[in-house]
Amino acid sequence: MTDTKPKLPATRRAAPIVPPGSIAGQALATLIAIMSFLACVTVGGVSLVQQSAGTWQSQISREATIQIRPAEGFDIETALVDARAIAAAFDGVRDARIIDVSETTALLEPWLGGGLDIEALPLPRLVVITIDESSPPDFSAMAAAIEEAVDNATLDDHRTWVDRLISMARTTVFFGICVLLLVLAALLLTVVFATRGAMSSNHEVIEVLHFIGARGGYIARQFERRFFLVGLAGSTLGALAAILLGFAVSAWGRANVTTAEGEQLAAFFGDFSIPVSAYAGILLVLVSVSFATAATTRWTVIRTLYEIDEKRADPSL
Amino acid sequence: MIQFDHVGLRYGLEQEVLRDVSFDIPAQSFQFLTGPSGAGKTSLLRLLFMSLRPTRGQIRIFDQDVLTLPRADLPILRRRIGVVFQDFRLLNHMTIFENVALPLRVRGQTEEIYRRDVFDLLDWVGLGAKVNALPPVLSGGEKQRVAIARALIDQPEILLADEPTGNVDPQMARRILRLFVELNRLGTAVVIATHDLGLMDQVNARRMILSRGQLDLYD
Repeated sequence: MTDTKPKLPATRRAAPIVPPGSIAGQALATLIAIMSFLACVTVGGVSLVQQSAGTWQSQISREATIQIRPAEGFDIETALVDARAIAAAFDGVRDARIIDVSETTALLEPWLGGGLDIEALPLPRLVVITIDESSPPDFSAMAAAIEEAVDNATLDDHRTWVDRLISMARTTVFFGICVLLLVLAALLLTVVFATRGAMSSNHEVIEVLHFIGARGGYIARQFERRFFLVGLAGSTLGALAAILLGFAVSAWGRANVTTAEGEQLAAFFGDFSIPVSAYAGILLVLVSVSFATAATTRWTVIRTLYEIDEKRADPSL
Repeated sequence: MIQFDHVGLRYGLEQEVLRDVSFDIPAQSFQFLTGPSGAGKTSLLRLLFMSLRPTRGQIRIFDQDVLTLPRADLPILRRRIGVVFQDFRLLNHMTIFENVALPLRVRGQTEEIYRRDVFDLLDWVGLGAKVNALPPVLSGGEKQRVAIARALIDQPEILLADEPTGNVDPQMARRILRLFVELNRLGTAVVIATHDLGLMDQVNARRMILSRGQLDLYD
């Protein structure tokens, strides 16, 4: 037996209930992309400063220096050897190394120029002590032992610099986080207002769905899903642009590492590589923006339905 | 099916646009709602469709008091009422097929279930050859018939139509009226708001005449 039912005409795949690709939706995605870019750049900047501050602090606190000043008839080489031996004997000292004449000359070259006859100058000499950061030595005892045994010797444990750096790093990170919070607040407010603006063009769709018997939750879900994707697309675009900028700056830093500017920047910020914490922060921005967009959409739909029903109660509204 | 008892409606602090309106609409009945422009026809239709709430009096729809009905229950009740809006309210990004299927789609039905019904209904309103057209390319009469098909797809117990022939020529108006009469024969109550006397003369049906906010019934 054959099927007598006539064949039905072909139809396209059902269009989404929420109109796709409206101008307002595109403007919203662009706005979200721009604001997400700024937020992600801020996240990256704060992470970089935080990481660099930690590195500076660690590098400085990893070393201490014995300084021995020259004096008339004073055998500075013997004093250097004695000081190095005393320091090396302390627990928590990994290494103690005398900065020899050629290294001292190289250190001073940027300030005093080349061809320097260091023997002719009354320059102090240094012993660099490498510290075990996990169990540092007793600096007070070390300083007392060195100063008692070696004339003209002083121990600098860099504590003053470390304290200043810690303070500076904390202040920098604190202001960075403040700026980040402001940018995130601006981002979320922009998302909220732009989403509401984009939603206003869909008022008629909401009304039609409401009057043909769609439940509020169903209508909200349709819009929520669409605007979540708009938020995700916009924020992903912004985040990718920020990551690309990070890579570009990092590449620029590597390419210019031999120049004076590059050296200075590398000394402060390392190789500009994006820290893992920055990627986590960027991911957080993406998720926050997408969910903020979806939540605002849901709230706007529920509010619109409420207003439609409020007009039932007082049509003059 | 629907009972109005001394219903009054006022917009803000202005005078009442509907005063002491009392009537009932029995199941499977056919009636015209008419009156001069501004008499309150659209307001009365909106009360019937629960998109307005009366400022006084009582309205019972399907044995439910609309004044005490919770907001969450409104969609369920509205599903039993088909409405043809004066301005059609079609979604322009959807094809005719999708617009007509929309009430079933929002109720969670899948296309496999409703596909044949939608095609049959579009054939019935004479749009079987235009299922994939978008509303912006349709004439006023075609849009009107799409709006009618959308209102009927879920087999409502009552159909409310606001000026359904206001945008079409007399020939199309007669055709649309024949659709309503046929629908009524199939068991759906029909209320047509119109000020077209010629249209009303074509069907022997009850006339509800609104004038200065008051309603007179002529059976």
